[in-house]
Amino acid sequence: MRDYEKYIRYRTFPTPWCPGCGDGVILKSIAMAFAELKLDPDEIVVVAGIGCSGRMPTFFNTNTLHTTHGRALTFATGIKLAKPEKLVVVISGDGDATAIGGNHLIHAARRNIGVKMILINNGIYGMTGGQVSPLTPPKFFTETTPYGNIEPHFNVRKLLTAAEATFVARETINRLAQLKQVIKKSFQHKGFSVVEVMSNCHVNLGRRNKMKSPLVMTKYIRDITMNMADFEKLSPEEQAPKYPLGIFEQNSARLEYTDLYYNHIVPVAQQAGAKGEK
Amino acid sequence: MSQRKVLQGNIIVAKAALAAGCDFFAGYPITPSSEIAQYMSKEMPKMERAFIQMEDEIASLGACIGASLAGKKTMTATSGPGFSLMQEHVGMAVMAEVPVVIVNVMRGGPSTGMPTKPAQADMMQARWGTHGDHPIIAVYPAFSEEIFSETVRAFNMAEKYWNPVILLLDEVLGKAHMDVEIPEPGSYEVYWEKTHQIVDLNIYDRKIGENPPRIDFFHGYPIHIDGLEHDAHGWPSFDAKTVDKMQKLRMQKIYQNLDDIIKYKEYFLDDAEVIVFSFGISARSALAAVKTAREQGIKAGLFQALTIWPFPRAALQEKFQKIKKVLTVEMNMGQMKYEVERIAPGDVEKQTLLRANGMPFSPDEVLNAIKEFVK
Ligand SMILES: Cc1ncc(C[n+]2csc(CCOP(=O)(O)OP(=O)(O)O)c2C)c(N)n1
Ligand code: SF4
Ligand SMILES: [Mg+2]
Repeated sequence: MRDYEKYIRYRTFPTPWCPGCGDGVILKSIAMAFAELKLDPDEIVVVAGIGCSGRMPTFFNTNTLHTTHGRALTFATGIKLAKPEKLVVVISGDGDATAIGGNHLIHAARRNIGVKMILINNGIYGMTGGQVSPLTPPKFFTETTPYGNIEPHFNVRKLLTAAEATFVARETINRLAQLKQVIKKSFQHKGFSVVEVMSNCHVNLGRRNKMKSPLVMTKYIRDITMNMADFEKLSPEEQAPKYPLGIFEQNSARLEYTDLYYNHIVPVAQQAGAKGEK
Repeated sequence: MSQRKVLQGNIIVAKAALAAGCDFFAGYPITPSSEIAQYMSKEMPKMERAFIQMEDEIASLGACIGASLAGKKTMTATSGPGFSLMQEHVGMAVMAEVPVVIVNVMRGGPSTGMPTKPAQADMMQARWGTHGDHPIIAVYPAFSEEIFSETVRAFNMAEKYWNPVILLLDEVLGKAHMDVEIPEPGSYEVYWEKTHQIVDLNIYDRKIGENPPRIDFFHGYPIHIDGLEHDAHGWPSFDAKTVDKMQKLRMQKIYQNLDDIIKYKEYFLDDAEVIVFSFGISARSALAAVKTAREQGIKAGLFQALTIWPFPRAALQEKFQKIKKVLTVEMNMGQMKYEVERIAPGDVEKQTLLRANGMPFSPDEVLNAIKEFVK
């Protein structure tokens, strides 16, 4: 048994994912990050909303919670505030995180609550059969954009930077080593973190856009992504369709929310204790 | 020592919640419930308990469920519009069997309606607001001491039955200041089931009718909790037999414990010729009306439901064996009256006093309705 397998709940297999789906790579990279940090599985809780990606928690041999569409961060916020010493991880799809759950995303970033989000960006509503998402690239064909997508997509990096998120990164399923490393770093970060992972839904996005096979789709992801250093050399027009990779924000100057809360109430509790009000 | 005080109903709720061990509150401001959150934000830090104002009501109930699964006793408070937003998570708490107390201080109308006016507008939303078949407990105090005791009871039942419990109040009860006796700690039951040592994943493995043990995360053995229908291990399962069993487990933990859950008060019903059926603020006017009626020689009595859901069907049906007139008094266009009609035998005459314009009934109005009915 390899180290990371300790964190995989084999008894719940098989997964519901299509063969070749990027979600499996992400499952593995998260388990590898757990293993490298030598975490006690009972000290971890993995929370997810609804989607193909949302089914991931069941397969971790940690505490796991499968919640409602878009709201995983709210449950995670409750858990973290209740038990600040635990590692609280959220898995969220692009629709889950940026459409129905968009409000919770910006507020988690604003609060800097120490929840670790893995945002799986496959550019589509995978589970419901391929409808457009706020992260579907322009012009793409989906079940609800049969003439091509006319809406611009969120730039997750800029959205989170604007909300003053303290850890923002992007990786792809093509780079397992880097992905694991970035996830590990996000787990070590004290505040809120988001690792956006570019993944393939060849079945519900690729198929309608001449990328039916997982291989073609992962090649496409490789072509549209690049290291930050290379990205910065491009003109704005050249940058537009590309996705830079790496860690964009990593800032420990702001206190994590639960640290802030429990420090903030110490004098209040002490004073109340002294006055016998407690 | 118990303490006599003049307090707002919302503050009585908050005090009772803290007395019942509530150590996590998440909420979103809305009239006429905001005083509950405000009081909690002031008092909980003193006790090193967790308070958070979330970005909306969906988030508030989500945070409560999360915290509950992390071992806390949790509460949120809202009014009709916020209660509507919470409904998906009410279903989630039912499905995953998570204790949480949800206060709804009711106000008038659909949409933003009449924010500062009272109503008993969400009686049915409390029962059927969330999607799917589900068991629910809802209680609704009317008098000051009941606000305290029913709040404590709401926490106890949430813990005992691993289910969300809805505590209904109305704008009058929430906002009005009233004379109240706050009982001495230790003089009332506070139920707190210790988490069992978890040694396997079969956390939902129990016989139909058995009360579930409290289960939460971080107790030595990692577990899975799911909002999807699941088997005894919590794994998602749509197997018809499994689903049947799990639904019965969830239903029966409530329906086999009605003796414990259902509470009501009766006034002057022994020899009554007419039952006034009411609850919350309307029951207060109804009680005054029934007393005056008695003084005037009219044999009226009051059935005050404290538990709204499950409906106190058996108790009311027993009354119908002797008393053949029932007057339902509620501040809405007719919600609980359907429940009364549904269970009352054909030979019982049914009458209603209904209104949803933001004006509570005066005792005189109820008295007149009684007089009209017995004429
Ligand atoms: C409240 C609610 N609205 C809609 C749905 C239906 N639904 C299930 S998954 C999903 C979208 C999933 O897309 P994404 O979050 O990108 O996850 P993916 O399947 O692509 O991993 C939707 C709309 C739901 N379950 N709940
Ligand atoms: S539909 Fe797409 S996202 Fe879902 S499992 Fe299949 S490939 Fe993966
Ligand atoms: Mg998606």
